[in-house]
Amino acid sequence: MKDYNKLIFELSKPGRKAYSLPALDVEEKALNSLIPAEFLTDKGLNFPEVSEVDVIRHYTNLSNKNYGLDKGFYPLGSCTMKYNPKINEDVARYDGFANLHPLQAEACIQGSLQVMYELEKSLCEIAGMDRFTLHPAAGAHGEITGIMLIKAYHDKKGDFKRNKIIVPDSAHGTNPATAAMAGYSIVEIKSTENGLVDLEALREAAGEDTAGLMLTNPNTLGLYDRGVKEIAKIVHDAGGLLYYDGANMNAVMGHARPGDMGFDTVHYNLHKTFSTPHGGGGPGSGPVGCKDILAEFLPVPLVEKREDGTYFLDYDVPNSIGKVKDFYGHFGVFLKAYTYILMMGNDGLKKASEMAVLNTNYIKEKLKDYYHLPIDTLVKHEVVFGGLKDKSGGVTTLDIAKRLLDYGYHPPTVYFPLIIEQALMIEPTETESKETIDGFIDAMIAIAEEASSNPEMLKTAPHNTLVRRPDETKAARNPVVKYEG
Amino acid sequence: MYPYIPNTPQDEQEMLQAIGLDSIEQLFEDISEQVHLTKPLNIPASKSELEVSRYLKSLADKNCSVSQLTCFLGAGAYDHYIPSVIDAIIQRSEFYTSYTPYQPEISQGTLQYIFEYQTLISNLTGMDLANASLYDGGTAITEAALMACAYSRKGEIIVSTGVNPEARQILKTYAHAQNLKVIEVETKDGVTDAAMLKELINDETAAVIVQNPNFFGLLEDLKGLGEIAHKGKKVSMIASVEPISLALLKKPGELDVDIVVGEGQPLGIPLQFGGPYLGFMAVKKDYMRKLPGRIVGETTDLDGKRAYVLTLSAREQHIRREKATSNICSNQGLNALAATVYMVTMGKEGLKEVANQCVQKAHYAFNELTQSGKYKPLFDKPFFMEFALTSDVSVDKINKALLEEKIIGGYDLGKDYPQYKNAALYAVTEKRTKEDINKLRRVLEGVK
Amino acid sequence: MKVLKGLYYSINHEWVKVEGEEAFVGITDYAQEHLGDIVYVELPEVDDEFEREDSFSVVESVKAASDVYLPVSGKVLAVNEALEDEPALLNTDAYENWIVKISLNDKAELDELMTSEEYEKFLTEEA
Repeated sequence: MKDYNKLIFELSKPGRKAYSLPALDVEEKALNSLIPAEFLTDKGLNFPEVSEVDVIRHYTNLSNKNYGLDKGFYPLGSCTMKYNPKINEDVARYDGFANLHPLQAEACIQGSLQVMYELEKSLCEIAGMDRFTLHPAAGAHGEITGIMLIKAYHDKKGDFKRNKIIVPDSAHGTNPATAAMAGYSIVEIKSTENGLVDLEALREAAGEDTAGLMLTNPNTLGLYDRGVKEIAKIVHDAGGLLYYDGANMNAVMGHARPGDMGFDTVHYNLHKTFSTPHGGGGPGSGPVGCKDILAEFLPVPLVEKREDGTYFLDYDVPNSIGKVKDFYGHFGVFLKAYTYILMMGNDGLKKASEMAVLNTNYIKEKLKDYYHLPIDTLVKHEVVFGGLKDKSGGVTTLDIAKRLLDYGYHPPTVYFPLIIEQALMIEPTETESKETIDGFIDAMIAIAEEASSNPEMLKTAPHNTLVRRPDETKAARNPVVKYEG
Repeated sequence: MYPYIPNTPQDEQEMLQAIGLDSIEQLFEDISEQVHLTKPLNIPASKSELEVSRYLKSLADKNCSVSQLTCFLGAGAYDHYIPSVIDAIIQRSEFYTSYTPYQPEISQGTLQYIFEYQTLISNLTGMDLANASLYDGGTAITEAALMACAYSRKGEIIVSTGVNPEARQILKTYAHAQNLKVIEVETKDGVTDAAMLKELINDETAAVIVQNPNFFGLLEDLKGLGEIAHKGKKVSMIASVEPISLALLKKPGELDVDIVVGEGQPLGIPLQFGGPYLGFMAVKKDYMRKLPGRIVGETTDLDGKRAYVLTLSAREQHIRREKATSNICSNQGLNALAATVYMVTMGKEGLKEVANQCVQKAHYAFNELTQSGKYKPLFDKPFFMEFALTSDVSVDKINKALLEEKIIGGYDLGKDYPQYKNAALYAVTEKRTKEDINKLRRVLEGVK
Repeated sequence: MKVLKGLYYSINHEWVKVEGEEAFVGITDYAQEHLGDIVYVELPEVDDEFEREDSFSVVESVKAASDVYLPVSGKVLAVNEALEDEPALLNTDAYENWIVKISLNDKAELDELMTSEEYEKFLTEEA
């Protein structure tokens, strides 16, 4: 079924059905005697009519058109595509967790509250923070929650002149978007030639209008910024606070903690660092941690433990920024992350970071003769190349990415960070073996050689995929965003 | 060795050698002494799968789930039937272990189901187009309000108190951060007060938000309220709707609604203590370029084959950075898949049947529970599958008595609406049987 | 790269064509080429008023979105609605296809802009 190219709507045939329901066991009344006709539609539902077999075959065929981590290497920079352990999926489906209503009585939800309480404690320890809220749904949601904490802190002090957030130019695109959403204007500071925060530029930018700084360390180039304590000092001396974008936490677990670096608030991506699946774009989870000075502003409710050992949801947080999410966040994702933390333990998490960093430096070393390495130094969890070393054939990063598909690999992140031209951002993670990594390195070297021997072939890559370079311009100029039949 | 870390000590040595280092510690030399952790993290050491699953199972067993009890609780999360096919599909690792479909050549599976999802949501709501989903119903309301503000370049949002209280709190949190003004329009006899809304609309109004069925389960006059909203210039009418009800109720697209959002949990997503759920959003064409989140579009590939790609991405945060209208970069991919499979499995007839059973059983329950006069309807208005009853006994006391009989009672409205002390909101889905309802009545009648 | 004589140019690569007290504004050939395939043009509304250097439009390509700034202050008299349906017109001919027509608040502001010769020189220096 390699060429399967049907939409579910195209399988529809009147009279087919894929569901079964028990017969109605109360006396059926005319619908318009229960709900006045003015509220009822007379239009039918334009949904397909298919059998259960159709449903299963159709989506199984679609799944075959996807590449997933369970198929192979996925070195997508900044995304930490590590293996998703199968026990995680089992735990999330335990009846007591999966079928629990969020508004049930406290006595009925003790197990779930305990999971949240213990997960919070673990996350605090790993980040060196005092408290965490588990509510944010994803990294970007965590960012805005953290920035709102910073805003609440300044507001409470009556310090309303702080209207700027400093963001380095290497930052994730979400950082400036987030700061703007929280009502701040952005001050972007350039990186040094070594890809680190320019302390002089920071000193100049920091002042009495600085609300805070958003930083990821290691940064998007995979570089750990040794100057981080000094960065923290500059921002704190100016009266601002520091936000840690934890997207890159996989580099330093058990070795360094944002709390010790001087950060006041931090978010994790449980779907990156803590092995929960990305699910084709979600659901993720982006818990936000903070130091004690910000704890009074955390979103409600928090999970607390009583002296008698019972847990409860605490809504009594007078200075809270309020609610940021329905109920308590992505509980199903918490379960997977907590399972992972218990499985790995303090020793395993540390080992994970070590192997992630080892794998990355190994790739850097093996590829730097073929690909342009703008900054050749020790890296952490990811490495960024600036396209081919020899660009004379006119082969771009996009061509390399597309050719990698022919070799059976998911390409690295491309054209990010913006400060590196033709960026190819590789993050192998710790869950890949030396053999897998060697295979990828060989493919990258083969592509570099093809780039000089047969550049045209690369420019028309991929050649072996189900579809080839779908036309994005056409899609954007005349958007077709639903099936019209 | 660890099950998810394959490198052997020998691999480590070979790789270190290739890098020109002697030890793993040297890989972390760039971390300054002041910061470098010297002692192990204070969390337990690694454990086996058997130990971990045993422990977590013991925590799961401390909960009492809706499969052990009979659930009449709703208020934003509902105990509906979930067909087996859904888990069979979402457990396919090609779906759940993939990333956002940035490489269309190897992501056609994800892209196509999102395209199907967008089509289904557009059809269900009767709107022109839908995005690839948002975090949940509550944050979707906020995103809709922010879009309306960007669309109109105005900063006042009017929201009905018939909208889920949690969603209104989220809206206030975000609005405060962006200096937007949130004004509440009260309900009268349980539904949005049209006269008061008329008074509140002014030149600064960007959006009017209502929920249907509203938090009390009652049906709102979307058309009438929309007409009032549209008396203002560039005011967006936003409706937060319950998806299953749309199989029977007039579609927002037939009424005067510009932006439709809602909680997609009833569409085949387990309760799982509040999340992850699914926010859906559908709009009229005019809003296409302001729509937050991801959108999939159809196109053709180099060989002319039909293919799908992420499109209209110039709106998004990674390109617009500080000028983006939303900072969202994910959707609820896997939950959108669950909802897609649910919608096509139930299909044209099944969703109507589910909706009808909810309506029939809820009205049966309403009649049964109010018969003796001990419990009185809080409102005298048409409802869908949730209704509020009031009595002389506190909801807390009632729910304790119900729990002893393995029944999860209704939501205590007094928590959010002090004027409705002693009122409980009951939800009746297609999963409840006549016997469940009769038992609920028996226990309620016995509460002293 | 095409540069038309008789127009005023800004450093942000917009052009201004003056007709009496009114002017047409668009993006230059250099700008369209730099953006690549243009897929959407967000237009202001008639009667919108802008200060000099205000963003009045957004031009989107597949992977980028650029604000277009008004080189001189004024009030929008007309917008080129053809661009709504066919944004590619800007790629076809960036000078033939204006984005807005405005009434000029202050003709003296034009003195701050470049002539075609100055803009050509500016482009050489940019490269």
